[in-house]
Amino acid sequence: MEIIARDLEYRYQANTPFEHLAIYDINLSILPHSYTAIIGHTGSGKSTLLQHFNALLQPTSGEIQIGDRVITAGVKEKNLKPVRKRVGIVFQFPEHQLFEETVEKDICFGPLNFGADVDEAKARAREAIQLVGLSEDILTRSPFDLSGGQMRRVAIACVLAMNPDVLVLDEPTAGLDPRGRREIMDMFYQLYKEQNISIVLVTHSMEDAARYADQIIVMHKGTIYKEGTPREIFSAPKELMELGLDVPQTIRFQTKLEEKLQDTLGNPSLSLEQLVENITAYVAARRQK
Amino acid sequence: MGKMLFGRYIPVDSFLHKMDPRAKLLITILFIVVVFLANNTVTYALLGLYTFLAIYSSNIPIKFILGGFKILLWLIFFTFFLHIFFTRGGEVILQIGQFKVYEYGLQQGIFISLRFFFLILMTGLLTLTTTPIEITDGMESLLNPFKKIRFPVHEFALMMSIALRFIPTLMDETDKIMKAQIARGVDFSRGSLKERAQNFIPLLIPLFINAFKRAEDLAIAMEARGYRGGEGRTKYRVLKWEIRDTMALLSLFVLAVVLFVFRS
Repeated sequence: MEIIARDLEYRYQANTPFEHLAIYDINLSILPHSYTAIIGHTGSGKSTLLQHFNALLQPTSGEIQIGDRVITAGVKEKNLKPVRKRVGIVFQFPEHQLFEETVEKDICFGPLNFGADVDEAKARAREAIQLVGLSEDILTRSPFDLSGGQMRRVAIACVLAMNPDVLVLDEPTAGLDPRGRREIMDMFYQLYKEQNISIVLVTHSMEDAARYADQIIVMHKGTIYKEGTPREIFSAPKELMELGLDVPQTIRFQTKLEEKLQDTLGNPSLSLEQLVENITAYVAARRQK
Repeated sequence: MGKMLFGRYIPVDSFLHKMDPRAKLLITILFIVVVFLANNTVTYALLGLYTFLAIYSSNIPIKFILGGFKILLWLIFFTFFLHIFFTRGGEVILQIGQFKVYEYGLQQGIFISLRFFFLILMTGLLTLTTTPIEITDGMESLLNPFKKIRFPVHEFALMMSIALRFIPTLMDETDKIMKAQIARGVDFSRGSLKERAQNFIPLLIPLFINAFKRAEDLAIAMEARGYRGGEGRTKYRVLKWEIRDTMALLSLFVLAVVLFVFRS
């Protein structure tokens, strides 16, 4: 499924003294089966933008096309459930939305709302809990007895169980320990590889954006500053740093190394493995000379 | 949630904003009493004039204020129709089947709704022009004499300021959880009354749990910073009563006297 935004603009509390232009001039497309990362500073409009992806917010100008539904500014929309079924959003700190007596009931909540029958919902709950790396016996426990990390995984399972076509993730690993972070990000990547879904990841972690995404959108002060593949985006690390954005550690290492060597290593190193590759190739080439 | 104005502060510069919170509190409380003095067209018109002068001196666009209290208009309409249907007396103006609308009912309906309306505007104006902190400081200062009868004034003020402080936070949180649950397929605006009531469970439970967690965190944070209650605590903001406060209070007394003269 595809999501296309055309000249999208959103103002909070339009026509009041509190009016605030959050995002403007947004033109983008999220292709079917793609992994897009949206990066940007706090307050750059990332979270506002992602709420348009399943029509939680309606643009105040312009339009957004979600699959075959077009949401246009100023047109009253009815029955947005089909859109919301296809685009699942994992919000920041999703564990705050848990409310049921048992984990199973909580995970079944979404599928049941979207019209699945009880057996199907339970089957999906079992599937989802395994996907997030928890054992099935957690299903009968209360979500409030779990640890923070487990709650996060359960909350993510709640969205996965809805079987969305597009999975929108708003800083899904904020506040987790490094290992849990890595596990969850790898899980999403696996899901993306194995199933025909798209992922939109809103993140502060440049490492994650560089490692997993095939398209990166850089937001700055409410609009799109730049977009491209990780290679394109991170080939100009200075520009990003000027915006106050971090670049991946590997890129930072590479830039410093290149300054010392007064030479270039070639491709930007988007992961540790690539960095190692780049350096070995460079050393080998120097030896040959 | 964005448009709801009640309990919100709007930071602009105006006569009302500069006033001492104690004066504003006193005026608001006394106004609630004074409102009951009005009982005919002239007195209600004077009340209206006073209210609109107050709004004028707050530098907040009147259209904006009226828009913000739209939800409360329903309450006003409700009282209006209650009077139309149940107050008897005077001539019958309109008769629909069993229902008779009496002259007195219509008059009462209009008057009581206006009374309601002015009260809402004046109390609303208090919070629109005074920060929650100022309000509690003012309250604490006004209630100080009650310390003699062992009324826990400081604790009361603290409770109030915490409650007020967390209104916006809880509103934001409600909005966030609501969105998360909408994304999980809840439809808050459709379905039968029973379904709608049930739909609020996924909203209320997380909200309560988060509120309790927040309360605990706040208590720990306060203790960690050495909070020991009000004994011997100094103030960062010292309230100052100025001439304009006396004048404003006087204006209300003038209104009360005038109302007393013109009421029938």
